[in-house]
This record gives sequence, structure tokens and C-alpha cells, in this order.
Amino acid sequence: MTNMLEVKNLSVAFPSRDGPVRVVRDVSFSLGRERLGIVGESGSGKSQTGRAILGLTPSNGTVTADHLAFDGIDLRGASSSTWRQLRGRRMSMVMQDPKFSLNPVMTIGRQIVEAYRRLGRKSKSEMREKALEVLSSVQIRDPERVFDAYPHELSGGMGQRAMIAMMLVGEPDLLIADEPTSALDVTVQLDVLRILDDLVRDRGMGLIFISHDLRLVSSFCDRVLVMYAGRVVEEIAARDLHNAQHPYTCGLLHCLPKIDGGVRPLPTLERDPAWLA
Amino acid sequence: MTASNTKGLISVRDLGVTFGHGTNEVKAVRGVSFDVAQGESFGIVGESGSGKSTVLRAICGLAPTSAGTITFQGEALKAPRQPAFYRDVQMVFQDPYASLHPRHTIDKVLSEPLAIHGLDDPEGRVERALEDVGLGQGFRFRFPHQLSGGQRQRVAIARALILEPQVLLLDEPTSALDASIQAEVLNLLDALRHKRGLTYVLVSHDLAVVAHMCERLVVMQHGREVEELTRSALQHHEATQEYTRNLLVASEGFKAKGTST
Ligand SMILES: Nc1ncnc2c1ncn2[C@@H]1O[C@H](COP(=O)(O)OP(=O)(O)OP(=O)(O)O)[C@@H](O)[C@H]1O
Ligand SMILES: Nc1ncnc2c1ncn2[C@@H]1O[C@H](COP(=O)(O)OP(=O)(O)OP(=O)(O)O)[C@@H](O)[C@H]1O
Ligand SMILES: [Mg+2]
Ligand SMILES: [Mg+2]
Repeated sequence: MTNMLEVKNLSVAFPSRDGPVRVVRDVSFSLGRERLGIVGESGSGKSQTGRAILGLTPSNGTVTADHLAFDGIDLRGASSSTWRQLRGRRMSMVMQDPKFSLNPVMTIGRQIVEAYRRLGRKSKSEMREKALEVLSSVQIRDPERVFDAYPHELSGGMGQRAMIAMMLVGEPDLLIADEPTSALDVTVQLDVLRILDDLVRDRGMGLIFISHDLRLVSSFCDRVLVMYAGRVVEEIAARDLHNAQHPYTCGLLHCLPKIDGGVRPLPTLERDPAWLA
Repeated sequence: MTASNTKGLISVRDLGVTFGHGTNEVKAVRGVSFDVAQGESFGIVGESGSGKSTVLRAICGLAPTSAGTITFQGEALKAPRQPAFYRDVQMVFQDPYASLHPRHTIDKVLSEPLAIHGLDDPEGRVERALEDVGLGQGFRFRFPHQLSGGQRQRVAIARALILEPQVLLLDEPTSALDASIQAEVLNLLDALRHKRGLTYVLVSHDLAVVAHMCERLVVMQHGREVEELTRSALQHHEATQEYTRNLLVASEGFKAKGTST
């Protein structure tokens, strides 16, 4: 069986005054119908990796790869009609910032209905019904109000869930979720993870879960890629995260604050230039 | 530490905030009270949509107060706030994307408040502010869209610190940051508080962050306060309310199907 997603030596570069800077460097991995976590420090290239897979690299960036295929379809230089068939239908991405990706001048309900409309003809009332359903599925208590609300009228966590709801509309085979729960309180966070978990188990969706929350990733994902300065420095089964080898991964585990009291100041990471080699 | 009967630096009494009218009415905050003493760090945790950000925005004068009073340094605050208020009280917003002007360089974002309030040595202050949050000078002339999520959040913190306020209202200041940067920012906030005697009101959905940063905290749900706890009560899992206990259990991480929340 071939993997749903194959990535070999993916790089993303941006121009700078001192020439191109590679923010993603030779990243390789494959994904089946599983939950793959990507962790790593801020700026390490997690989001740019996700965006490159979906062809959403900012226009000043350059993407190169030896191999980049989704379900056997070569994504390098894919035509816009190929992307239209894939994006929002077979592969979707929940962007890191909901307010950034939700249209500020359109109500949440209209945006979700739009997403349904793009997928095919349904009656207006049917689409509204569906939209309310998907909003409640992400644990929004008052879907009717949220349906009629503009993004700025929602709390951070509600916006994030509206965003997830919209991505679930297409029932994608591959979902890239970029920090999808960072604005959620822990109980809602678990509800959202359970929804994603069900999609992986019951529908066989492949999930790339980008997060900086190691605790969460190790309890939720099957496998974890650890990124540092654009590279994958370690790939590890989530349950073995506490036995991580790379000093960066170990360091990350030590800097978390603890509820029952820990050290003050918190341990921080001593970054070793050798990690860049 | 209990400061409940001493008058706080910030005192919130029976605060109510309502948005919209008629059928669109949202009672975002319904009767919240707390006091924060000078130099104290006070936490707000709770459910998504429970009104945490709205409480901070109300203190800042950015949300309509429909009931109750907010007192700062013993005086009831009036709307709109005087410019001098913002020299003393600064807020770091939950959403670093929306709060940074997309067409302003980081340098502009940081120097603007200095110009508005007429502070000396803008060059030096901008440089120090960037160093303080762990961003090098290389970031100075970039635009927000050229930064990662965590880098933007650090710019937002630098902007709040640059006026050297007494009070920082921090809305999820580290939820966009990875553990190593989070540790650095939390240590920075901790050190600044002790060095400059700052007062914090910190909203976070991460109980561990609040336990680390705050001496006392209030737990919110549906716009109301569920209970007020000291750090030590939180650390010893001495919550009296069901909702707080659920939060503590959920903080242990994801458990696959079959396990209860
Ligand atoms: N349009 C752009 N132009 C130039 N550099 C960019 C651009 N977009 C992103 N970068 C840089 O690329 C690097 C990787 O960014 P990316 O957003 O992938 O980080 P990340 O790992 O997702 O971090 P975070 O956890 O903070 O979201 C960062 O150093 C960022 O500053
Ligand atoms: N400008 C507004 N107009 C209408 N309703 C609003 C507005 N701002 C906030 N609300 C509503 O007020 C309630 C409380 O929002 P608030 O942002 O304070 O929640 P929160 O506790 O900070 O949640 P989160 O943890 O998700 O950020 C929500 O139901 C939200 O939809
Ligand atoms: Mg990112
Ligand atoms: Mg909020």
C-alpha cells in the first residue's frame, strides 16, 4: 500500500538582503491514515512545511522537493485545476490564526454555507442545517448565534472552532491542523481532539497536527517529527517522547511549567550551534 | 496571600458587560469581582467564551461596562480612558495577528507609542525591547507577515513593555509559543515583575502557566466566576467546584476513547 502523502527533501526559501534563506530544509516523511505531530520551536518552519504541502506558500517563497505526492498525484507544479479538485475537498488546512483566515466582513454562517455550496448543490435550508450541525460538532453551545456572528464577535477559542468546522465541511482525506487548539481551554481542547481522533479512526483521515505543545502531542499523536531551524532533527513514536534523544527535544520537555509547582526560573534551552549542522 | 479586604491597585466590582441588543444580546460578563494588589500577579482561567478577554478589555476601556465599577489606584475609571492611563496600563492581546498593523514594520510598531508619549532615546528603547523578548535586531525592519506566529507574539509583548507600564494585562501571552520560548517569556515576565514591581492580570487556558505565574486566580464559566483560588490551593488540587476539578483532570492530557473527562 502506498502512503497517502510522500514528502522527500522538501525545502522552502525566502529572499532576504543576504540572499535566499531556507526556512524549511530537506524535510522528508510519509503519512498514512494516522496522526502525525510536528513540534518545534517558534520559527522552526512548521507552518511553512504545512503550507508548502497544500501549495499555499506565500508568493515570495520558493518551494523545491525531490518528491511531493498526495495519493500518487505529483503536487510539484500542480495546475490550478488540480488544486481546485484537491484543496478544500481532499486536503484541507486549519490555519494557525483563525481571525486571519476567516473573512472579517462575512458572518460565520455564510462562510460555512459558502464552503458547502462549493462542494455541490444543496438547498439553502439544507446547507444552513448542515452548517449548524458542524458548528455543534465542534462543541459550540449556541450555534444559532455563532452562525449569525462576525468573526470579531467571537472569543479566541470560538473563532478557532469555527475555523475547524469549516475545514471539516469537505470531509478531507488529509487534514493539516496548524496549532488548532492553542486558544482553547483544556476541556474544549480535548473535545476537539476527540473529533479529530474520530475522523482518523472512523473515516481513515490522515492528520498532520502542528503544535508546540509537547504534552498534548505525546498524548494524542502516533508519531512526532521534531523540527529545529527548518530541519527534522528527530522522528519518534509519540509514546517514546520521554526517551527522546535529541538535546533540543529533551530540552523542550524540561521547560514546561507544572501545576504542582516547579522550579523558578523555568529551565531554558541552551541552543548548540552544532544542531544546525 | 489574600488581599481581599485591602483595597487593591485594581478593583473590579460586580462587573457586567453586555454586547448587542434584543435577540442578539450576549451577556459576556455577569457579575465578576476581584482585587489585584500592587505587585501582585492575578490569574483568570476558564472556559472558552466565558468572558476572560472581555474582563481585560473592560479594564482597558475597550469593552462597554454595563454594570459595576472598575477602580484603578483608588479612583473609579471613566470611559473613555485618559491617554495617561495607557502609560500605566498596557494590554497584550490574545490575537497577535489582528493587533499588529500589517503594513507597519516592527520598528514602526515599537517606536509609535514612544512618539505618542514623547519618550526619550527611542533607538535604544526599541533595541532593548527586542532583546528583552529574544528577537535580534534582524527583525527590526520586517513586516508582521514575515514573522512566524510566536515571533509576532513577542513583538506584541515588546510593544506593551516599551512604555514601562505599571500594570500589564496579558491575554494568553504564551499560547502561541513553543515550550522553550514560553519558558523564556514567562521568566522574562517574572523577572520584570520583580525588578520593576509590575502588576499582572494574566488570562490563560493553561493551568500550569497560571500556577507558575500567579499568586491567586479566578475561574470563570458562562460569564460568572466559579471560584477564587490561591496558587497553593491549585497546586494541591483543592478545588471546590466541579468545573475546576474537570479542568485539572483535562490538564493531564488526551486520553483515548472510553476515559471520562
Ligand atoms: N513571507 C515570509 N517572508 C520571509 N520570511 C518568512 C515569511 N514567512 C515566514 N517566514 C520565516 O520563516 C520561518 C519559519 O516560519 P513558520 O511560520 O513556518 O514557523 P513556525 O515553526 O510555524 O513557528 P510558530 O510556532 O511561531 O508558528 C520564520 O523564521 C519566519 O520568520
Ligand atoms: N464585540 C463583540 N460583540 C458581540 N459579542 C462579543 C463581542 N466580543 C465578545 N463577544 C462574546 O462575548 C463572549 C465572551 O467572549 P471572550 O472573548 O471574553 O471569551 P474568552 O473567555 O476570552 O474566550 P477564549 O478563551 O475563547 O478566548 C463570547 O460569547 C463572545 O462571542
Ligand atoms: Mg506556525
Ligand atoms: Mg479570550
